[in-house]
Amino acid sequence: IGKITGCVFPLQGAGQDVGRSCILVSIGGKNIMLDCGMHMGYNDDRRFPDFSYITQNGRLTDFLDCVIISHFHLDHCGALPYMSEMVGYDGPIYMTHPTKAICPILLEDFRKITVDKKGETNFFTSQMIKDCMKKVVPLNLHQTVQVDDELEIKAYYAGHVLGAAMVHIKVGSESVVYTVSVNKYAKSHISAWIDKCRPDILISESTYATTIRDSKRCRERDFLKKVHETIERGGKVLIPVFALGRAQELCILLETFWERMNLKAPIYFSTGLTEKANHYYKLFITWTNQKIRKTFVQRNMFEFKHIKAFDRSYADNPGPMVVFATPGMLHAGQSLQIFKKWAGNEKNMVIMPGYCVQGTIGHKILNGQRKLEMEGRATLDVKLQVEYMSFSAHADAKGIMQLIRMAEPRNMLLVHGEAVKMEFLKGKIEQEFSIDCYMPANGETATVTTNPSVPVDISLNLLKREMALGGPLPDPKKPRTMHGTLIMKENSLKLVSSEQALKELGLNEHQLRFTCRVQLQDPHSDPDTLHRIYTHLKSVLKGYTIQHLPDGTVMVESIVIKVSSSAEDTNAKVLLLSWSYQGGEYFFTALCIVKRLMYQ
Amino acid sequence: MKLYCLSGHPTLPCNVLKFKSTTIMLDCGLDTTSVLNFLPLPLVHSPRLSKLPGWISKDGTINLEKELKDCAGRVFVDSQPEFCLPERELLDLSTIDVILISNYHCMMALPYITEHTGFTGTVYATEPTLQIGRLLMEEVVNFMERVPKAQSATCWKNKEIQRMLPGPLKDAVDVWTWKRCYSMQEVNSALSKVQLVGYSQKVELFGAVQVSPLSSGYSLGSSNWIIQSHHEKVSYVSGSSLLTTHPQPMDQSSLKNSDVLILTGLTQMPTANPDGMLGEFCSNLAMTIRAGGNVLVPCYSSGVIYDLLECLYQFIESASLGTTPFYFISPVANSSLEFSQIFAEWLCHNKQTKVYLPEPPFPHAELIQTNKLKHYPSIHGDFSSEFRQPCVVFTGHPSLRFGDVVHFMELWGKSSLNTIIFTEPDFSYLDALAPYQPLAMKCVYCPIDTRLNFHQVSKLLKEVQPLHVVCPEQYTQPPLTQSHRSDLMLELQPPPMPYRRCSVLNLPFRRRYERVYILPEVSEQVVHFPL
Repeated sequence: IGKITGCVFPLQGAGQDVGRSCILVSIGGKNIMLDCGMHMGYNDDRRFPDFSYITQNGRLTDFLDCVIISHFHLDHCGALPYMSEMVGYDGPIYMTHPTKAICPILLEDFRKITVDKKGETNFFTSQMIKDCMKKVVPLNLHQTVQVDDELEIKAYYAGHVLGAAMVHIKVGSESVVYTVSVNKYAKSHISAWIDKCRPDILISESTYATTIRDSKRCRERDFLKKVHETIERGGKVLIPVFALGRAQELCILLETFWERMNLKAPIYFSTGLTEKANHYYKLFITWTNQKIRKTFVQRNMFEFKHIKAFDRSYADNPGPMVVFATPGMLHAGQSLQIFKKWAGNEKNMVIMPGYCVQGTIGHKILNGQRKLEMEGRATLDVKLQVEYMSFSAHADAKGIMQLIRMAEPRNMLLVHGEAVKMEFLKGKIEQEFSIDCYMPANGETATVTTNPSVPVDISLNLLKREMALGGPLPDPKKPRTMHGTLIMKENSLKLVSSEQALKELGLNEHQLRFTCRVQLQDPHSDPDTLHRIYTHLKSVLKGYTIQHLPDGTVMVESIVIKVSSSAEDTNAKVLLLSWSYQGGEYFFTALCIVKRLMYQ
Repeated sequence: MKLYCLSGHPTLPCNVLKFKSTTIMLDCGLDTTSVLNFLPLPLVHSPRLSKLPGWISKDGTINLEKELKDCAGRVFVDSQPEFCLPERELLDLSTIDVILISNYHCMMALPYITEHTGFTGTVYATEPTLQIGRLLMEEVVNFMERVPKAQSATCWKNKEIQRMLPGPLKDAVDVWTWKRCYSMQEVNSALSKVQLVGYSQKVELFGAVQVSPLSSGYSLGSSNWIIQSHHEKVSYVSGSSLLTTHPQPMDQSSLKNSDVLILTGLTQMPTANPDGMLGEFCSNLAMTIRAGGNVLVPCYSSGVIYDLLECLYQFIESASLGTTPFYFISPVANSSLEFSQIFAEWLCHNKQTKVYLPEPPFPHAELIQTNKLKHYPSIHGDFSSEFRQPCVVFTGHPSLRFGDVVHFMELWGKSSLNTIIFTEPDFSYLDALAPYQPLAMKCVYCPIDTRLNFHQVSKLLKEVQPLHVVCPEQYTQPPLTQSHRSDLMLELQPPPMPYRRCSVLNLPFRRRYERVYILPEVSEQVVHFPL
């Protein structure tokens, strides 16, 4: 039995960078891919993870035992059809039910923008998305899924977006937990957060590593105030969002605010997904927060009165309005079109409710850029107000620290974050929890050596016998020695009594006896000497079994004592002490007593 | 290892398993058949029921005219209906560590156990079981509290007096354990002790035993349970079904290699084919409506009703019933219909795929949208003004002793145009109808029980091969009324171990090994000798 070496992570695009997530974990001889994301900031090959890390040629099926997708955002699942259909993977892909429902819609939407609008080739097709989804096995919360005889996975509620999950991956006694983003508010959901499962490694995203965010309510109030002020002065508010996720929560927020303040300005939600998206939320209501679940029978929160579908002609309408438009980082599509139209007026406002990847317009304006180069050399002056509101539920420092406290990992691995911020969090984790924290760069491998304990089946007879030796009530805090034989046979370990071991292995028992001769002078006859020894031992060794046998021997437990004298000198006596291997512990006691007696 | 049997009802079990120093209660079924001995609780004052003569023994020595009433040739107790609780004297119920619930019908006694016995443990159930179980409890409490009855009849329970009463009261058993319904407060407190679990989730109990629920295919979120240690395995099979209805199919393979399999919850209608019954249900319904009569379907507000509505959804057009109003009346009707749509993970594959579209998994959403199906919390309020005849009414309680159904019995019982169709198998329909006799209305009995029948269960046991089977004694002999049907019992080798209420069984178990772990520090020092 030796040390078992644990987990290796060749990372692909999920290292010290925010963009796409794809992590490969090797644990107990199994290879698992965690997420298969796409980078929104690139339009070329760099968009997809580099699968040549896994294999230069051929399909991935032989190298991967399973793929697990944490949630439906494209930076976590966008490369899935490319990986399974174009590179080639036929094994199981695990994701939760809501992710399975929404993922193909977002993929198709994304495909349309890329292929139909931008005219790119060498991209996956609609059929590939369908074929890929056929390989998906839905995961239920807390269900223990046996991928094969040794590999098991279990999903926990993560509360990031609808259907987001943390996963616990286990092979034998080694385990890894992977989580995208822990929402602190996840705890308010009925499902328990995560058990104290003590994984060897906890892998967490660290997008907002340095932010310790203020309360959610504060941010909500701030958001409503900004929207309200802009509307009051006759401006237009653009909120670029992803069709599913935070958008629905912001809609609920605005809907109730409009109702309460009796506001008349129109709110629009950009076309296509709206109704469908809300429908998903209705059907997967068990995956939303407690408040929404509780009231759903009386009033479904996703049936909006004030929010209407958007038509592109509305963008030119005069007067105030609020528009939710996709996509969320202003990198293409409707949100970008509206932005271009409204950017020149300082009365207007754009609110970015989530993180923006480098290279996107969203990222540029958040960094204060006021002149944007557009296609065809045109420049765009940004005069409207730009506001950033961290509503996107990525993990922040507080959430990650809390998660570590809950799960008690032995090692920590940070991914999906910017190097500087991750460095800060790494220091904080190492200081507070004294565990090793890794932050590998893209393509780098982090190896963690695990030191698992060895499962053994102990015979109940042996256990009971050994327990009985320690008295009626064993002290659980005190270590005790126990004797037994460890048998290793066909990959199983058994701890049994030596008698049973001999029997099972078909071996004969050999008695090992030691004999010791002690020479001494004693004038008495042999039987008298023996009797003296007997009575003395009897008086000194209380609590031992001491017998004087008719064949002229004395027995102390298993030690046999005999006396003989030489033919020449009857005073010269030879004392023979013989003991078995097991009786060794009493022997020296007995010998000392006998010697002391004789030399008196 | 011991099994304490606290309920004698084979489909509403309550057993306690002592295994490796943990005490596990398996289900918490409440035997409601006791309510058949009580007078119905009318929602609206009923001159007929209020004028019933009191009962006095023939020789005049026993006068219980306040407690017992003579109605349609039978004697009924005039008090709030009472339920027969699981046995509480057989063992100290405060020592129970956990309660495992298999489906929402088998948890109705929970408040009696968790609230009044010193219970401090945890209850495990799936989310649909908890939510729908809560609705069913809420419904019963509501039915009872809507018609408060101050009187609590106790004199008749006196052994000496009960002996003198006419049947079936005379033969009622354990009457002293019968209790009134719990309150909503007790329900909430009991359900706050529930910890949710998902199928195939492994729950560790004190590091000694692992329990895990498996899909049983009978109702939304229904489960069988595996209770195991590293070397021993007990399977607990409660209401299970192999038919394709709305729930996720039954997980059979995980039951393999059990040392002991505890088998409860087989079909109560072994000779009635559910599909045939469904057909009969539809044709009787259509016939009555065409003749201008009303149809009354006494039912629980969750479960088979979803399948009935789905069947009707397909049937309505072809039978040209498009204009007939369908009413579902229950304090929890709306909740039940809404809840059924949000448990996609717990549904059969077909229904799951609908959610991906996204469409509601059950077609009753469309019936409601097109106004073909309307639901009301009770007969009072909106219903009384919107109600049109002829119509079809689904309402509870299936015992016909309380709930809105009592009103419809009084209203429609006198006309031979109307029909009552029994679909729930829990109550004998003749007993249920007894206090309403003589009735002019037609009675149709189409009990739909999708649980395993004897044929299916023998096949299942052959496949999963448990070493020993434990089951209620009712399953080891043919039904009393069909004593020649040897196919309606379990025949196994070795023969099953039967139990009855208050049995304590020693389960045949030989534990030989226990799992321990060698610490890495120790295992590094192990030197091995090849032999």
